[in-house]
Amino acid sequence: MSLADLANPTRFLAFAGRLIPWLASLTVVLFATGLVLVARSPADYLQGETVRIMYIHVPSAWLSMLTYGIMAVSALGTLVWRHPLADVAARAAAPIGATFTALALVTGSLWGRPMWGTYWEWDARLTSVLVLFIMYLGLIALWRTIEDPTRGARAAAILILVGSVNLPIIKFSVDWWNTLHQPASVFRIDGPTIDATMLLPLATMALAFTVLLATLHLAAMRNEILRRRIRALGLTAAGAAR
Amino acid sequence: MSPLAALYVRELRLSVRIGGGALMGVLFYLIVVTTFPFAIGPDLNLLSRLGPAILWIGALLATLLGLDRLFEADRDDGALDLMIASGRSLELLVIVKVMAHWTATGLPLVVAAPFLSLLLAMPADVTLATVATLLAGTPALTLLGAIGAGLTVSLRRGGLLLPILVLPFAVPVLIFGVAAATAVAFDPAAFRTPFLLIVALTLTAAAISPIATAAALRNGLD
Repeated sequence: MSLADLANPTRFLAFAGRLIPWLASLTVVLFATGLVLVARSPADYLQGETVRIMYIHVPSAWLSMLTYGIMAVSALGTLVWRHPLADVAARAAAPIGATFTALALVTGSLWGRPMWGTYWEWDARLTSVLVLFIMYLGLIALWRTIEDPTRGARAAAILILVGSVNLPIIKFSVDWWNTLHQPASVFRIDGPTIDATMLLPLATMALAFTVLLATLHLAAMRNEILRRRIRALGLTAAGAAR
Repeated sequence: MSPLAALYVRELRLSVRIGGGALMGVLFYLIVVTTFPFAIGPDLNLLSRLGPAILWIGALLATLLGLDRLFEADRDDGALDLMIASGRSLELLVIVKVMAHWTATGLPLVVAAPFLSLLLAMPADVTLATVATLLAGTPALTLLGAIGAGLTVSLRRGGLLLPILVLPFAVPVLIFGVAAATAVAFDPAAFRTPFLLIVALTLTAAAISPIATAAALRNGLD
């Protein structure tokens, strides 16, 4: 099955319907495994038990950027290939991405209070993630303001692509500016600097979050397609009643 | 006169005439800057330290305020449709319109900044640095704002949405603008790096904005 086959919404609905139960079960299994691994992982000798916040915080932060990446690809799909489901994909991803970004900000803030002594610090990484959060909300606002769906789709796609400049800034902000937030410790050229006893639970949690994203995204896309159909039906009914 | 020059002159004329609102931005700038001491208190030491930040925030807000005028009047009287139908590169027309808009609304802010800096008791070197960063940075604000203005051109109530869309992109300009201006007070050499970054931001915005704005306008009006 290719991407072009999925352009038909009905076929996509059938495909999503078959896939979602499997993905949902996999998410549950991965989360169960991940949480057990997290519970059995050692406490940090410096940070103590608060290090466990990392197992939620880091996957959320990864997903906040991955979701925007998905939206950027979808925006290309809307503008370049005019794929009918591209806008549905971007639109369904936005609230999920905003939620993961908020989760990353909140968990980071809760960890920062005992560790840095402050809930919030205006450092480069924190600020750029906050900007990402505002961008998600701005995009949702744009979709909700423009009534014509195709026009709204293209307007949002343009804004998404312009905003994708922010992604590398977030990724490398901790390397470019020497700030409070620690630099990358997992994906490094010289190998991860994080200990294996913590890397395994972290990787499992990251995988669980990613599968969760896939599940939620497919379900949200299905809802969006159904919502558009209901809207179209309502418009037809209103037209017939007149 | 070449068509592009004619467009530039037309935009300038329209913005300084009645209903154009070119000087509204400067007036708003004056009011915003005047409001800060009321809120912060008349502590001149504090004000001179916050001076560059106040001038930059004021310039940002004044720029955002005038952005809806960039395409609105042309959309209402159909001139925008003619520009799209003219067969000329819409990207080029957007650049000219943005340049004219900046000359009418952005440049007055830069000129007003030294006078306002007197109210904030800013030292001469910091004032000079702030004016330089404003001169280099406000075109970026107008260019980025044009994208938002293009996206909201078909909306009746785009007024509040525009700043929400544009502000996240204006943040880096603001950061480096204030960083360069405040650095001068401690170390004149520290001015260079953030200043060059503002110039880079303006050039990047000049490369991206016309394409994105033209795409947004075509989408909004077809």
